Amino acid sequence: MATGRRLSASKAGLILVAPAATAIFVFFFLPVAAALLLGFTDFDIYALADLANLRWVGLDNYAHLLRDPAFHKALRNTAYFVVVGVPASIALSLCAAVLLHERVTRGKAIFRTLLFLPVVTTLVAVAVVWRYIFQPRGGLLNELLAGLGIAPLDWLGDPVWAMPAIMLMAVWKNFGFNMLIFLAALQSIPEQLYEAADLDGAGPVSRHRHVTLPLLAPTFRFVAVITVAGYFQLFAEPYVLTGGGPADSTLSVVLLMYREGFRWWNMGYAAAVAVMLFAILVATTALLLAPGARRGER
Amino acid sequence: MKFPVRTVVVHATLAILAIFAVAPLIWMVLASVRPSGTATDLGLQLGSGTLTLANYGAIFTRLHLATAFANSLLIATTVTAISLLLNSMAGYAFAKLRFRGRDLSARLLSAALIVPAQVAMLPLFLLVKQLGLVNTYAGVIIPGLASVFGIFLIRQYAMSLPDALLDAARIDGASELRIYRSVVLPLCRPALLTLGAFTFLGTWNDFLWPLVVLSDSQRQTLPVALANLLGEHVQDVELMTAGATLTVVPPVLAFLLLQRHYVRGILAGGVKQ
Repeated sequence: MATGRRLSASKAGLILVAPAATAIFVFFFLPVAAALLLGFTDFDIYALADLANLRWVGLDNYAHLLRDPAFHKALRNTAYFVVVGVPASIALSLCAAVLLHERVTRGKAIFRTLLFLPVVTTLVAVAVVWRYIFQPRGGLLNELLAGLGIAPLDWLGDPVWAMPAIMLMAVWKNFGFNMLIFLAALQSIPEQLYEAADLDGAGPVSRHRHVTLPLLAPTFRFVAVITVAGYFQLFAEPYVLTGGGPADSTLSVVLLMYREGFRWWNMGYAAAVAVMLFAILVATTALLLAPGARRGER
Repeated sequence: MKFPVRTVVVHATLAILAIFAVAPLIWMVLASVRPSGTATDLGLQLGSGTLTLANYGAIFTRLHLATAFANSLLIATTVTAISLLLNSMAGYAFAKLRFRGRDLSARLLSAALIVPAQVAMLPLFLLVKQLGLVNTYAGVIIPGLASVFGIFLIRQYAMSLPDALLDAARIDGASELRIYRSVVLPLCRPALLTLGAFTFLGTWNDFLWPLVVLSDSQRQTLPVALANLLGEHVQDVELMTAGATLTVVPPVLAFLLLQRHYVRGILAGGVKQ
């Protein structure tokens, strides 16, 4: 009877989707498109005051980027952070997951919670804490190393050690996340495969090499893609720990974007930095997914 | 006796990893209860000596972190509430209702998952400035109103709801919006808890966008306030670690309360892609 007044399912669908879709379109897709355009302009503090000062400069920002020593430095630092940090983080995640999955392990839930705890902490707050841990005099890390007979290091003040220090903190902060993903993948491996391996006389190392690792290949790829994407966006750690120093040794791509865009208001140039970061991320992701795509075709 | 050796090795390694994971947090709490000026030279002996809660008073009286705490709480709960509403509406519609452009728009939305948030940030700031929302709560909240991840999380869950149940409600004369509110929302409770936990933690811990939008110290969130205070108070180890503890406790508590739901969210993301 009331059908005339009632909303059809298709109209209701549109109405229910509209608020979220509008928010995402206006506050995400539109800005992303605008960033591409912004990168072709000389938007700076004068344009911020009066849009009449805005000029279209074509590829000038990108040409400038390729010659900019700070961008080279940021790119090299970020690549260093990704290339060393990501494998270290994934290796630790896998190690923790395998140990948690062991049949003999007791107290799995407690270990899992403790190992995961750093993931949910506030990055800025724990970076403040790590800044003290890295202190050359009386810092927790140097005190521990002294116990092992290792001379104290100026972790954050030495251009050689500042980036490894940031890597250590980043790995500490996020290995628990991938650990959970690996753990779920391990739990989905049928027990019979291990029993068969045991019958064939496989030891604890070789059963992981021949059963666990091959079956985890898709999980590896997924974990690698999300971790690489996350590590490329390095920002808060150098912002709090080193400010990008010493001698720009921890300047990351996003920190450069922040400085150019929000400190010096070179927003056109900063947009070009952001677009370059996106392009590099897309290329890296494609590269990481390529071997899997080939295997799938076979 | 192969069994005990392996057991010992496994547990010893796990214990070392667990100490690595929690030691910085324990150090943080211990340093925060030391009298002013005594934590600096005490890497390992931190647990011994006088303990005090004075720093926790000082972060409110001297560093004014109560305002920042309230700001963080307000922003994180508002974003969580609004995004739960918008994402669940959209997620349910994508899962169960047929409408024009549904599949195309779902595919478009999923494209957003590969774009890092920083790409949108500069124009978004200009937009927020144009709207007069710099230095306002609304300005910080705007990018969190809805999320593609959230929509897909709810959609995945809502797809498992039996169609017969929804049809029965239709036959009873319930309107589509009524079905969403009275049938779908209660049934999606587990997914809503998962998404709520994710959103709350993500918003509470967020740094770059609040840093950009909120320059007025009266509006700043805890992470932004903490980062700003570090410049002036870097020598006040006990004070800063008390501030860090205050910042870390709410997300850790939220996680411990909602652990099951939170972990399920991570695995849902892992299974989906």
